[in-house]
Amino acid sequence: MTTLTPVLSKNWNEADSFTLTGYKRAGGYVGLEKALKQTPDEVIALVKESGLRGRGGAGFPTGNKWSFIPQGDSKAHYLVVNADESEPGTCKDMPLLLANPHSLIEGIIIGSYAIRANHAFIYLRGEVVHVFRRVQQAITDAYAAGLLGKNILGSGFDLELTLHAGAGAYICGEETALLDSLEGFRGQPRLRPPFPAIAGLYAMPTVVNNVESIASVPSILAQGVPWFQAMGTEKSKGFTLYSLSGHVTNPGQFEAPLGITLREILALAGGIRPGHQLKFWTPGGSSTPIFTAEHLDVPLDYEGVSAAGSMLGTKALQIFDETTCVVRAALRWSEFYKHESCGKCTPCREGTWWLVQMLKDLEAGKGSEADLEKLLDLCDNIAGRSFCALADGAVAPIISTLKYFRAEYIEHQIQRGCPFDPVAATLFPTGTVDKINKIAEVGEAAEMVGA
Amino acid sequence: MSDHQQFSAEELATMDTIVARYPKSRSAIMPLLHFVQSIDGYVTPRGLETIASKLGLETAEVTAVSTFYTQYKNEPVGEYHVGICINTLCAVMGGDAIYEATTEHLGIGNHETTNDGKVSLERIECNAACDYAPVVMVNWEFFDNQSPQSVTQLVDDLREGKPVRPTRGPNSLRTWKQNSAVLAGLPDGLAHEGVQAGAPTLLGLNIAANPQTSPEAN
Repeated sequence: MTTLTPVLSKNWNEADSFTLTGYKRAGGYVGLEKALKQTPDEVIALVKESGLRGRGGAGFPTGNKWSFIPQGDSKAHYLVVNADESEPGTCKDMPLLLANPHSLIEGIIIGSYAIRANHAFIYLRGEVVHVFRRVQQAITDAYAAGLLGKNILGSGFDLELTLHAGAGAYICGEETALLDSLEGFRGQPRLRPPFPAIAGLYAMPTVVNNVESIASVPSILAQGVPWFQAMGTEKSKGFTLYSLSGHVTNPGQFEAPLGITLREILALAGGIRPGHQLKFWTPGGSSTPIFTAEHLDVPLDYEGVSAAGSMLGTKALQIFDETTCVVRAALRWSEFYKHESCGKCTPCREGTWWLVQMLKDLEAGKGSEADLEKLLDLCDNIAGRSFCALADGAVAPIISTLKYFRAEYIEHQIQRGCPFDPVAATLFPTGTVDKINKIAEVGEAAEMVGA
Repeated sequence: MSDHQQFSAEELATMDTIVARYPKSRSAIMPLLHFVQSIDGYVTPRGLETIASKLGLETAEVTAVSTFYTQYKNEPVGEYHVGICINTLCAVMGGDAIYEATTEHLGIGNHETTNDGKVSLERIECNAACDYAPVVMVNWEFFDNQSPQSVTQLVDDLREGKPVRPTRGPNSLRTWKQNSAVLAGLPDGLAHEGVQAGAPTLLGLNIAANPQTSPEAN
């Protein structure tokens, strides 16, 4: 049995965990002091050696990304934190920032020092006002404590940190779209090369890192590479946040070494909700192909999930039991990608629209088996044919649900409609929803409390 | 509302401080749009024109940005903007039922506002709180673990002016305009209010601290 390893979450049960005092009491800003005693190159080398990889989806080694920034080029460098967390199912960075914003700020100071950036940005999704408040207060307190601004802790290193609210666009989680958005444009992805390390924000060398990746850095500085490498698997080192949601007894966050399995996490969470069985799940958000009960023992690290035909992604473990219609799930995710397609690339803009039309018909039992081939053909003309990975993400739920549940698609055609009762999949007892509507009409809704 | 009047000198000065945060002024478009919403409630023509003039852009360039992002509204929303998550996981677990019950209860549809101007509705995508599903946001504050009953009650309370407290947020819910100001980067001093974390956020930590509390051990 894998042991949980709370690092980022270790002080979250303290009521003041989000304050500078609370963070320092838990050992905060010790990593920064150690970093500032080393040269920037030494810090990059240390993060490289640790094996820390991006926690936002792609899994690129963080230290390598930092090392791509040209040095001695007399240009401004920027560190930009991607806090646009919007991938369906993903819910790790927002609770992290609500409970512990200083871990991110400490990581930003270390990362900026390493890549010689004197201005960093946090691009935070706009739909989380209280998270914005917490991060902004943490930045203000860090300035007041001499942790940001001029001559940080007497090191001679200067850093400005700007918090920037997004405004509701999933695509801005894509790093080049994020940069366009931060520059004040519509958030549309850029053609690469040039990569952000060469021409990023304002066409200057830029590192874009996920919140959790950056927030993980201070602990590596404070506790050392061997400590970090003792957790995880051969090529997936360290700890990470797994977010369990859906039809489980107890949903929530689990900070564990990379390589833990869903079976282990489910055991800790009390399993699937009583009386039900696991049907399908995502290992890392809706853009990662679904898994089924046969994948319960897949090690949830970059290589393990990849070898089993999906991606670790954001480690958003969305769990669906046997009451869930897989066609409905695929349709709803497709509606999301259609809504969020930025419109720049034709295959994605037009293709996601057609995916929704086809899936609506299939869910309503109007399709034929030949339509399933047409659907796959459509997917084949979307994935890999656009600037960014949104298009690839859009087809993942469709191709993977067809792979494991083709019979269920066909069953919709046989029955000329969806064979599932959507109420059975809700958390409210069967029949409650209709009753609630009726009771609400006559103003007696209060009697249904506890449904 | 003073849509045809110029912004006040104080408001214009605030806009200048927002512009000054960035190495290049155009980056200030998004916080300036949030700021316009904090005064006018939505992105008004005068807001677009003023931003364009501040940044040396055409109004059409600012409009092009504004219309790309769903949080910027081109018409007034309610004092309390209720977003019901209908992305797959929340929808399956009850978000669809919540939306149906709420729209029927209020008699308004997606992107519509009640006649009293108090409550508007929006079907929203994943809001990064899936371990608290089904999730509802009001003025972009978390209302976790909702049901059709709790949300119909919530919107009634909002319309009647009763105090409402987000699950993980400030002690009392602020208005759409007030929260828009926060997103423009103008602090309201409420960061210390509310819990640091809800129970699902702490689940793994508590199991790690007390392995005997793990359901498996029972």
